[in-house]
Amino acid sequence: MDKVIEGIAYVLGNDIDTDQIIPAEHLVYSLSDPEERKHYGKFALSGVPDDQAGLPDGKIPFTENGQSESKYSIIIGGKNFGCGSSREHAPACMEIAGVRAVVAESYARIFYRNSVDGGFFIPFECVTRMVEEIKTGDDLVIDLNASTLTNRSANKTYELKSLGEVIEIIEAGDIFEYARKTGMIPSTSRGGS
Amino acid sequence: MGMTITEKILAAHADKESVRPGDNIWVDVDVLMTHDVCGPGTFAIFKKQFGENAKVWDRDKVVIIPDHFIFTKDTHANRNIDILRQFVKEQSLPHYYDVGTDNYKGVCHLALAQEGFNRPGEVLFGTDSHTSTSGAFGMFSTGIGNTDAAFILGTGKLWVKVPETMCFEFTGTFPEHVMAKDVILNVIGDIGVDGATYRAMEWRGDAVMSLSMEERMTLCNMAIEAGGKNGIIEADDVTLDYVRQRTDAPYKIYKTDADAQYFFKKTYNASEMEPIVAKPHSPDNKAKVSDCVDVKLDRAYIGSCTGGKLTDFMAAARLLKGKKVKIDTFIVPATREVEQDLYKEKMGGETLIDIFKNAGAYLGDPSCAACLGGPKDTFGRAKDNQVVISTTNRNFPGRMGSKQAHVYLASPYTAAASALTGHITNPADFINK
Repeated sequence: MDKVIEGIAYVLGNDIDTDQIIPAEHLVYSLSDPEERKHYGKFALSGVPDDQAGLPDGKIPFTENGQSESKYSIIIGGKNFGCGSSREHAPACMEIAGVRAVVAESYARIFYRNSVDGGFFIPFECVTRMVEEIKTGDDLVIDLNASTLTNRSANKTYELKSLGEVIEIIEAGDIFEYARKTGMIPSTSRGGS
Repeated sequence: MGMTITEKILAAHADKESVRPGDNIWVDVDVLMTHDVCGPGTFAIFKKQFGENAKVWDRDKVVIIPDHFIFTKDTHANRNIDILRQFVKEQSLPHYYDVGTDNYKGVCHLALAQEGFNRPGEVLFGTDSHTSTSGAFGMFSTGIGNTDAAFILGTGKLWVKVPETMCFEFTGTFPEHVMAKDVILNVIGDIGVDGATYRAMEWRGDAVMSLSMEERMTLCNMAIEAGGKNGIIEADDVTLDYVRQRTDAPYKIYKTDADAQYFFKKTYNASEMEPIVAKPHSPDNKAKVSDCVDVKLDRAYIGSCTGGKLTDFMAAARLLKGKKVKIDTFIVPATREVEQDLYKEKMGGETLIDIFKNAGAYLGDPSCAACLGGPKDTFGRAKDNQVVISTTNRNFPGRMGSKQAHVYLASPYTAAASALTGHITNPADFINK
């Protein structure tokens, strides 16, 4: 696990639900086929209403011109990030687009769990609300050892909450690696790719 | 100190005497359900992690119910059904309900109940957030992602953080024109879309226990819209009557101890409940129907795991009988069984299906259909800036297919009353006359 995550901020508001993260009509593509899964990157966050897409100004597309990768790799969110359906396509599409961390005020349970167990990215919780503090396009760095988020564009540092008990799964990589490490499933059980 | 029903079921499945909220435990899984949207991804992870030739932990405990993108020409969606078929064949899975056969069911949450997979005291996980529906049977049930589902396929276990329990008690009698949908929209409006995050929502009181299984399912179905981990109602004779008609499998009844500790408890007077809508674009944007009568509508939609059960159509038919709808009205039974009942059940000598046809409603095939938008050719999918009243569960931006659409969530009574007038209408105007 990287101890430092650097990236450009993409800022969203409260209650970003999984239909906004990946509209259901796109849930038909394979997540395992290397080419087909790129569609998920292309449509990541495409359901966010235009005026809410990339705060504070909005109207900033997360990915451009049919690209499957975004230049924004750290998402800043408000309350209840990832609410709605259990679709794992939601954290997956964000990872495919290049997201490495989300910093939100709070998370919906299934989205949080999927992010951790699937090892898509690290879902951090901020101590104080960040949505009004950070602008889309700001240059950010997360220091895992210090548990801080620094906005290099504004020269300000903020505290992040401890990752708590899920740190062991995050450090292992995903729930399978965690279960192998702890002997719950045999380390020989991994199949082919 | 005592335990809640949720704590007791989880403790029993972790082989522990007792558990407390916040404990992280590994539980043994009784049923894993998946469908066409999440099954293919789940199977791919299972094979990657456990091997191309790995076998699922228990064939009899895996239930696969295609229901989301069924009646569509979308080739990727149809390919996903083929992936389900292939996996079922490879694994010789007995509980699969294939599209295009007599065995096809429809919406998984109601199909689980109708096929006897909801049994008191059990632990059921499903790759769908509305898996909380099964909690109506006095069992623990919750939604998970593909990764967790693949983990269960390989091991039969999953880690769970024991939730705190919030208790919602309703005493007295619900008014005739108020349905379970109004009750859950009211509660979500009270506590917010994250008001029950990580927590169990336990429903109690004589008003709740007077409800049919289908109405209880509606209460538990939308626990997720308050962020809840599970919804749950203790099993009683009503539960057992339903279960015994559907399965001979054993079950175990758990009840909350008198000295169990709730994180939160609120008691409502059932007789004071009113018809409620959730205004765009959030299920907690609560308003009384009587305060929204000026809202003009373009269409009404009655269907889904939340509002597409026989009880829901009985309610709609009661209002639509002998009348004509003023706006496009879509009727989508959740399952084949519900659809067949529409042809069988009569009201004043007329079948429900005839009541809906004569009222001018459009009838769709059983599936999730436009509840979640879906492929472009999905029946009832919202277009442009339409204003829709719907018995479904979510009204997030774009949820029913168009980002510009405005969706009002409502009970089947309210949706039917509104279909007759073209604006949001209190069903009491029709029922109490």
